Amino acid sequence: MKKNGAQIFVESLKMEGVDTIFCYPGGAVLHIADALYGCGIRQVLVRHEQAAVHAADGYARASARVGVALVTSGPGATNTVTGIATAYMDSVPVVVFSGQVNTALIGNDAFQEADIIGITRPCTKHNYLIRDVSEMTRVIKEAFYIARSGRPGPVLVDIPKDVSAALADFRYPDKVFVRGYQPNYAGHPGQIKRAMKLIASSKKPVLYTGGGIITSNASKELTALAERLHIPVTSTLMGLGGFPGNHPQFLGMLGMHGTYTANMAITSSDVIIAVGARFDDRATGKVDEFAPHAKIIHIDIDPTSISKNIKVDIPIVGDAKNVLRRMLQIAEEEKETFAGFRHHIADWLKQVEEWKTNFPLSYIRNGTLKPQYVIERIFDLAKGRAIIATEVGQNQMWTAQFYKFLVPRQILTSGGLGTMGYGFPASIGAQAAYPNALVVDIAGDGSIQMNIQELATAVQFGLPVKVVILNNGCLGMVRQWQELFYGKRYSISTLECMPNFVKLAEAYGAAGYEIEHENEVDRVLKKAFSNGKPTLIDVHISPDEGVYPIVPSGAALRDMLLV
Amino acid sequence: MLARVAGLFSGRGFNIESLCVGETQDPEMSTMTIVTTGSDAILEQIFKQLNKLVNVIKVTDFKDTEYVSREMVLVKVNAEERTREEVLRMIEIFRGRVVDVSSRSYIVEITGNEEKIKAFLALVRPLGIKELVRTGSVAMIRGEKPPRSKDRQSKGGSDGEGVL
Repeated sequence: MKKNGAQIFVESLKMEGVDTIFCYPGGAVLHIADALYGCGIRQVLVRHEQAAVHAADGYARASARVGVALVTSGPGATNTVTGIATAYMDSVPVVVFSGQVNTALIGNDAFQEADIIGITRPCTKHNYLIRDVSEMTRVIKEAFYIARSGRPGPVLVDIPKDVSAALADFRYPDKVFVRGYQPNYAGHPGQIKRAMKLIASSKKPVLYTGGGIITSNASKELTALAERLHIPVTSTLMGLGGFPGNHPQFLGMLGMHGTYTANMAITSSDVIIAVGARFDDRATGKVDEFAPHAKIIHIDIDPTSISKNIKVDIPIVGDAKNVLRRMLQIAEEEKETFAGFRHHIADWLKQVEEWKTNFPLSYIRNGTLKPQYVIERIFDLAKGRAIIATEVGQNQMWTAQFYKFLVPRQILTSGGLGTMGYGFPASIGAQAAYPNALVVDIAGDGSIQMNIQELATAVQFGLPVKVVILNNGCLGMVRQWQELFYGKRYSISTLECMPNFVKLAEAYGAAGYEIEHENEVDRVLKKAFSNGKPTLIDVHISPDEGVYPIVPSGAALRDMLLV
Repeated sequence: MLARVAGLFSGRGFNIESLCVGETQDPEMSTMTIVTTGSDAILEQIFKQLNKLVNVIKVTDFKDTEYVSREMVLVKVNAEERTREEVLRMIEIFRGRVVDVSSRSYIVEITGNEEKIKAFLALVRPLGIKELVRTGSVAMIRGEKPPRSKDRQSKGGSDGEGVL
């Protein structure tokens, strides 16, 4: 019996194991909405298409599955661009389905028409326009395959309305083969051997790890290798949780707002083992002065990331888990070579400990309400088991510094694009994946207002995320730069009109609390974490609090400002 | 596909000197030949970024290979009384063809590798070029090596010149 395109669409999603879809409908997707009605796939109606994509993104980061969003044509599609670019920069597997005008009208400036394929070409891993209903199953299978394989990324599929109405037989392909797309997972055995030889001869090794550890599910292998060889470990923002944040060998995050220890270790090292990280400018500081004495081993699944910003000595293209596993094997096989390794690098380990002891991350405790304190309390009360989303700016950096991420997939943050307004919808997506988890969005007063309308989504679908708003009445990170580098000219960074967040939450049917003093923190957090409702917590902090250390733009990592 | 490659080049600031696209003997595959310049690091990035595109099956860098390249040019040359003879002589030497005649000008069709085209244009320029269109180079590796398998044929070539 023949089905129409919309029904084929729904059946295909089921074949891909999709259980949740974040949507905002419109004219072009009416047939699809009809086919979705009562089909068993949970449809989360958001309040802005940007939030639909961020929610699919948060769902994917938290669960390791492919996140799915559905929007209509024209403005619905264009509203997804920021969300798609966010997922693209952070390599998150998301498939966005957008409606499109009838095939006959494409290119005619039709009502609610947008060339979303052209618009998203630079910010998707790949995109498709389905021109005939007979292509639909193949395209959907390919879209999911491309999104989740190799270096993951967002894929957009544009479905014209008449295609969703046309009839065809439903046959879901068994296999998928995309000519020209063959990710390399293995890792060259010769290169891996060379890398191990180099490590054996090093006196100041450091592991520099990133988001690739999370994507590859390589946390166990990383931890085993680091412990086996006693090598100190630093992580980028995207890699937090890949190595336990409370492990004695953890140096903290590196980079622009990284710890003193991590930055000094990288700068002084003689061998850097980079795994699943891409030497982004936030992490490297001034490229010419990055790790001037180090030979670099770079393990990455994407060949374009290797030697893009920093020339490396031993490139290894492959999946982090596979390569690390092989490295562990070699360490076992060559027991004699690595037997005395800990002694071999003893001076280095001592130096690292000294840095840790003398220059820990710190903030002044003087009885006023400090954002860093609030974050530490969240960690303790959650017993380190919450899923934490952040927005962008000071809230994001303080979270990266003061919340210890113990396992992978606990942090949802827009690292590459730095999208304010990401955290709240992302936390909603993660909550949808894990209804019983404690999900907290640590936000700023600026960022939370970018997708505040999603309070309605959280309430409608019973997704009890907790939003902790570090409210300093301004765009904190911008203000900090203006204080340090622009002569305190606080231009366009003060949010003079600030809503009463408690009343705003209650207006949506959510819970709202306020914290003004240090001694209220625990009580309010505990209440919020156990109330079973979406909750906004307005935390009043000072605009003068800054994120330190900071490596100024264009400076080398070692030239951090510590206070 | 063309839009994707052009977008890749412009988005990352890579230089396109010329670009030529067409079908191959396999109707599901086309070849794009791009002439570009850049440092070694840039050329390496171009090669890798092209390979990363999902639709790209193979990228060939012609820089260090033995290859044949050809470009076709149509030139509308001044051909007045005094210069007419000289123009025709030039065309004959370079084995070009006159494909249009008018009282004041000839349209010349000329095909050849980069050096030949360059030389012809240099010689003809003083006589007066009214109009000039070029296809951009296409290239092919010399010798017998057949395509390894259906899925390993040349998808695009990049004629890197390593100029900083």
